[in-house]
Amino acid sequence: MNFIIALIIGMLFTSSVFLMFQKSFFKLIIGVILFGYATVFFIFTIGGVTKDAPPLLTNAPDHNQALADPLPQALSLTAIVISIGVQLFMIVLLKKVHEDVETEDLDELNSTDRIA
Amino acid sequence: MTLPELPYLMFPLWILLFGFIGSLFFWKYWKVQQAFAITSSALYLFTAGLLVIAVYQNEMLVLQIGNWPAPFGITLVADLFSAILVLISSIISLATVIYSIQDVSKSRKKNGFYPILLVMIFGVCGSFLTGDIFNLYVWFEVMLIASFVLIVLGNDKAQLEGAVKYVILSFISSGFLLMGIGILYRLTGTLNMADLASVIPNHPNQPYIIISAVFFFMGFGIKAALFPLFSWLPASYPTPPISVAALMAGLLTKVGVYALIRFFTLLFTFDTALTHGFLLIVAGLTMFFGVIGAVAQNDFRKVLSFHIVSQIGYMVMGLALLTQWALAGAIFYMAHHIIVKSNLFMISGIVKDINGHSLLSKLGGLYRQYPFVTVLFVISAFSLAGIPPLSGFWGKFILARAGLESEQYLIVFVSLLVGLLTLFSMSKIWKHAFWSDVPEGETIQLTKSQLYKKKYLLLIASVFLTVCTLLMSFFPDLLLTLSQKASEQLLDPQVYIKNVLNQ
Repeated sequence: MNFIIALIIGMLFTSSVFLMFQKSFFKLIIGVILFGYATVFFIFTIGGVTKDAPPLLTNAPDHNQALADPLPQALSLTAIVISIGVQLFMIVLLKKVHEDVETEDLDELNSTDRIA
Repeated sequence: MTLPELPYLMFPLWILLFGFIGSLFFWKYWKVQQAFAITSSALYLFTAGLLVIAVYQNEMLVLQIGNWPAPFGITLVADLFSAILVLISSIISLATVIYSIQDVSKSRKKNGFYPILLVMIFGVCGSFLTGDIFNLYVWFEVMLIASFVLIVLGNDKAQLEGAVKYVILSFISSGFLLMGIGILYRLTGTLNMADLASVIPNHPNQPYIIISAVFFFMGFGIKAALFPLFSWLPASYPTPPISVAALMAGLLTKVGVYALIRFFTLLFTFDTALTHGFLLIVAGLTMFFGVIGAVAQNDFRKVLSFHIVSQIGYMVMGLALLTQWALAGAIFYMAHHIIVKSNLFMISGIVKDINGHSLLSKLGGLYRQYPFVTVLFVISAFSLAGIPPLSGFWGKFILARAGLESEQYLIVFVSLLVGLLTLFSMSKIWKHAFWSDVPEGETIQLTKSQLYKKKYLLLIASVFLTVCTLLMSFFPDLLLTLSQKASEQLLDPQVYIKNVLNQ
C-alpha cells in the first residue's frame, strides 16, 4: 500500500515537472495543478494511511498505533484551499496574457528579460 | 513576565487587518481607502516601535493564541530579530504609502490598490512574528497572493509577462515549503518552532532531517532569490508601478532571508559543516552573479533589481558564518538594505517621471537641473556600495571582519570584489542619468516647479528614507547594539525554547 502511494506521488511529480518544462500555456497549467496535487497528497500521507480504523480512542493498548494522525489531514485541507486559489489566479492570468501578448508559447514571454 | 503581551504582539497585526477590512467597506471610494492606508501604516509604525521597546526590555514576547499551551496551539513570538524587522517593514510601508499617493495611477487605485497593499504588509508582519512552521507557510501565502495581485494590477503587457514567471516560481516554492514541513512533522511530530528546536538536537534520524532542510532551502531560496533560483526576480520586479516595486524590493525577498536565518539558526544547526558550508558557497555565488547581472544591464530599474540578488548574498554570508558578529552584521545589513534599496527604487521612479524613461541611454541632465534629486541618489547609491561612513559600510565591515575571524578568506575576498563591482554599476547610472547632458531627441518631461508642486510627496517619501539612512550611518551604535543582542538570542536556541515552552 505504502509503496503504491509513494509510486503515485512520484509519478505525479514527474509528470508535473515534465509538463511544466513544455512551451504551451495549457500544459503549464496542467503541470502546475498536478504539482499542487502531488504536494497535498504528500502531506496527506505523512499522517499514515490506515484501513478500517475509525479515529476514536479506546483503552486497548497500542490502539493509537493503528490510527492515522489527523493533523496532516487538517494541514492538507488548508494547503488545498490555498493551492486552488493560486491555480485559479494563474489560469486567469495566463488567459489574460494570451489575449494581450497574443502568443501561446512561453519562450516568447521574454520582453522583460532582454537587455535593451 | 509582568506586562501583558497581547497588545504588543497583536496591535501591529490588528491595525493592518482593520485597515484592510475598513477599506473593503469603501470599495468605490478610493480616497477613503487612501486615508485608511495612511492611518494604518502610521499606526503600524507606532506599534512596531512599541514592540521593539517592549522586546528590548523583556528579552522576548510570547503569545499563545486562544490560550492553547505551547506545542499544541499557534504561538506568536517576537524576539529582537523579528521585532527589528517589523520596525523596518513599518518604516518602508509608511514611506511607500506616502509615495504611492502621487505615483500610482487613478485606475489602479480604483481597483483596490490600497486594500491589497495592506494585506501584503499584513502577511509580511505575520511571517516575522509567527512561531509555528505551518502558520509561517500560511502567512507566506497571504503575502504572496497579495503580491501576485499587486504585480499584475494595471494589466501592462510587461507586468503580465513578469507575473507569469513570478507566480509560477512562487507556487513551486510554496510546494517545496509544504513538503519540508511534512517531512519535519513526520520525523518529530510537532510544528512549533521552539518544540522542534528542543527535539531536533537529540533526534535519532538526523540525516533525514537534513532532507527536510534541503526542501526548506529550496522553498525559502526561491523566495529569497538565492543563486540558482533568482531568475524570476529581475524579470518581474521592474515591471509594476514604482511604489509596488519599492515595497517588494525592500520587503518580500527579505522575508525569505528572515525565514532562512530563523530555520538555520534555530533548527538545522546539528551539522553546520554540511548545511552552513553549503550556504556559504551559495552566498558567494549569489553575490557574484547578482552583481555581474547588474553590470550587464542598461536599465535603471533592472540594475537595481540585480543588485537585490547580490545583496541577498551578504545576508546569507552572515548566516553561513554563524558567529555572533556575522549574524549581527547580517541583521544590520538587512535593515540597511531594506531602506536603501526601497529608496533607490523610489528615486528611479522620480527620474522616470522627470525624463519619461528608465533606459540609461535616454536619461541625462539631472545633475545640472535637479541637484536635490542627485543628492538623494548619491547618498543611497554610495551607501549601497559601502562607502564609509554610510550605513552600507558598517554592514560590510562587520561581515568582512566576521569572515576574517572565521578564516574564510575567499568569501571575504568575493564580498569586497562585489562591493567594487557594485560601485562600478552605480557609477554607470551616475554617468548616464546624472552627469551627462540630456541626449539629443529627448526632452525633460517634468519641470522643476511641476516636480515640487505636483509630485512633492515622492520627494518627501524619499527624503524620509534618506534621513533614516543617514541616522543609521552616523549613529550606527543603536542599531548595532540591537542587532548584536538579536544575534546573541539567535545563537542560543535555549532562550527561545525556554521563553516559548515554559510560560
